[in-house]
Amino acid sequence: MSGRPVTAEADGTAPAKGPADGDRIRAVPLRHPGRWVTSAVLIFVLVFLVQGWAANPRMQWATVGEFLFAPVVLEGLRTTLLLTVAAMAIGIAGGVVVAVLRMSANPVLARLSAFYIWVFRGTPLLVQLLFWYFLSAIVPVIGFGVPWGPTFFQVDTNRLITQMTAAVLGLGLHEAAYMAEIVRAGLDSVDEGQSEAAHALGMTRRQTLRRIVLPQALRLIIPPTGNQAISMLKTTSLVFAIAVPELLTSIQGIYSRNFQQVPLLAVACVWYLVATSVLNVGQHYLERRFRRGDGRATAQRRRRQAVTPFEEPQS
Amino acid sequence: MTSAVPKSAVRAEGVCKSFGTVDVLKGIDLTVAAGEVMCLIGPSGSGKSTFLRCINHLERIDAGRLYVGDQLIGYEERGGRIHELADKAVARQRRGIGMVFQRFHLFPHLTALENVAEAPVLVNGESKAKARVRGRELLARVGLADKAGNYPSQLSGGQQQRVAIARALAMRPELMLFDEPTSALDPELVGEVLDVMRGLAADGMTMIVVTHEMGFAREVGDALVFMDDGVVVESGCPADVLGSPREVRTQAFLSKVR
Repeated sequence: MSGRPVTAEADGTAPAKGPADGDRIRAVPLRHPGRWVTSAVLIFVLVFLVQGWAANPRMQWATVGEFLFAPVVLEGLRTTLLLTVAAMAIGIAGGVVVAVLRMSANPVLARLSAFYIWVFRGTPLLVQLLFWYFLSAIVPVIGFGVPWGPTFFQVDTNRLITQMTAAVLGLGLHEAAYMAEIVRAGLDSVDEGQSEAAHALGMTRRQTLRRIVLPQALRLIIPPTGNQAISMLKTTSLVFAIAVPELLTSIQGIYSRNFQQVPLLAVACVWYLVATSVLNVGQHYLERRFRRGDGRATAQRRRRQAVTPFEEPQS
Repeated sequence: MTSAVPKSAVRAEGVCKSFGTVDVLKGIDLTVAAGEVMCLIGPSGSGKSTFLRCINHLERIDAGRLYVGDQLIGYEERGGRIHELADKAVARQRRGIGMVFQRFHLFPHLTALENVAEAPVLVNGESKAKARVRGRELLARVGLADKAGNYPSQLSGGQQQRVAIARALAMRPELMLFDEPTSALDPELVGEVLDVMRGLAADGMTMIVVTHEMGFAREVGDALVFMDDGVVVESGCPADVLGSPREVRTQAFLSKVR
């Protein structure tokens, strides 16, 4: 990309005034009847479905309202959000480490990292969650000390690995394997010339990675990471299998007593949608922050600015 | 790293480099004096860019010795054996050697000023404020004082290359390497970059320039080296080599580029 300025104003010249009124093309806009027809049909179908759904007495909307802000539901939502944040934090940090190791010149580290990805991506998350939960069955006590030597202190595995830690570990370590591949793709996408330029300035490999390569890779890493976070928010519902009281588990607890399954699942959907919407907004701002200096983004912004004067009707 | 440059700024002795089975450099011997501007010319694939990249150890040499000042580049001779240098030590050697690339390689996520001020802060531990003041001075020196806040994507090729030169100068190098600095530029932008380089040469900077700009080589160069197929074919005063080449290969090359 030799990034030459595209618009006239970037060269410092004022934007063109536009042609004189006599020359200005006043074309009849092209009509799109097909668009109107498909839109009308789809809106009709949508209204029909929503109306039918909303008016259905079996949906028990009163029950939905009753439980939407129930303390046990909100507590479950809080746990879901906590699990998402903790698991993503482990996933992202772990993913960066695994990706960097994967690209390391040390063959042992690179292979180990590949092995990690193979195992954690290759087995079902549900199995991994159960595995962490039942860890105490294989390792009843966890001790800290010199291997094959004295132990300084030890704890009961069941005490250390609670349901919550099992959930965070399971979700986080599984996520790290996926994040590692995302991070690796991002790092790979940064032009080799960037590292060379940084090295030529006397930066060490570590400095180059931290200040030059990683910030540029983030631009590619963030959108799929946003996807992962949204996916994680919903995946946390899997931990009902190890009885962590998150949103879905709480909901199930309620409908196992009052048998109002559908309205309560609707409550869960409302909260999942609210939470993913918040994540969407966050992702949007993060992406904008890390697109700084992106040629395409800058050109788009400039084009938008350049277009305005032409769209204003000239008297 | 502020020691005065000895008489010879760069000394290559029998430098060899191969990529796999391809021998790219087959024993390069040459010396660049401090304050000298040496231009390297030759057909593509002759090894001139590779040689330049060996000087700051972007490529490691397979045989011979390469000194910048009194330092052996990339290696250390200890107890009669050659030892590879650690990443940090190589980075330290590179601080005194500026490099300008054919395709600029500005950092796209940083503004022009940040591009220039990044390495002095990160590598030399200068204060941010000081680095920014000096960054603005350097941008002014390459004629881009008003572009400090622009991102590389908002600059023309010629402007990007001038920022790249300022970025290299920010590390106060004693030697500047130019790898075909104008080859990726539109013809009308070549002049502005050559002007900056001319100014640097006039200030006494030691420069090695891989170039196809024969006019620049003749006017600014103190020495000219013609390389072909991994060896130095002919070298000497630019006017002599360009005006009356002795070797057949030099004659053939020059007749094509004119």
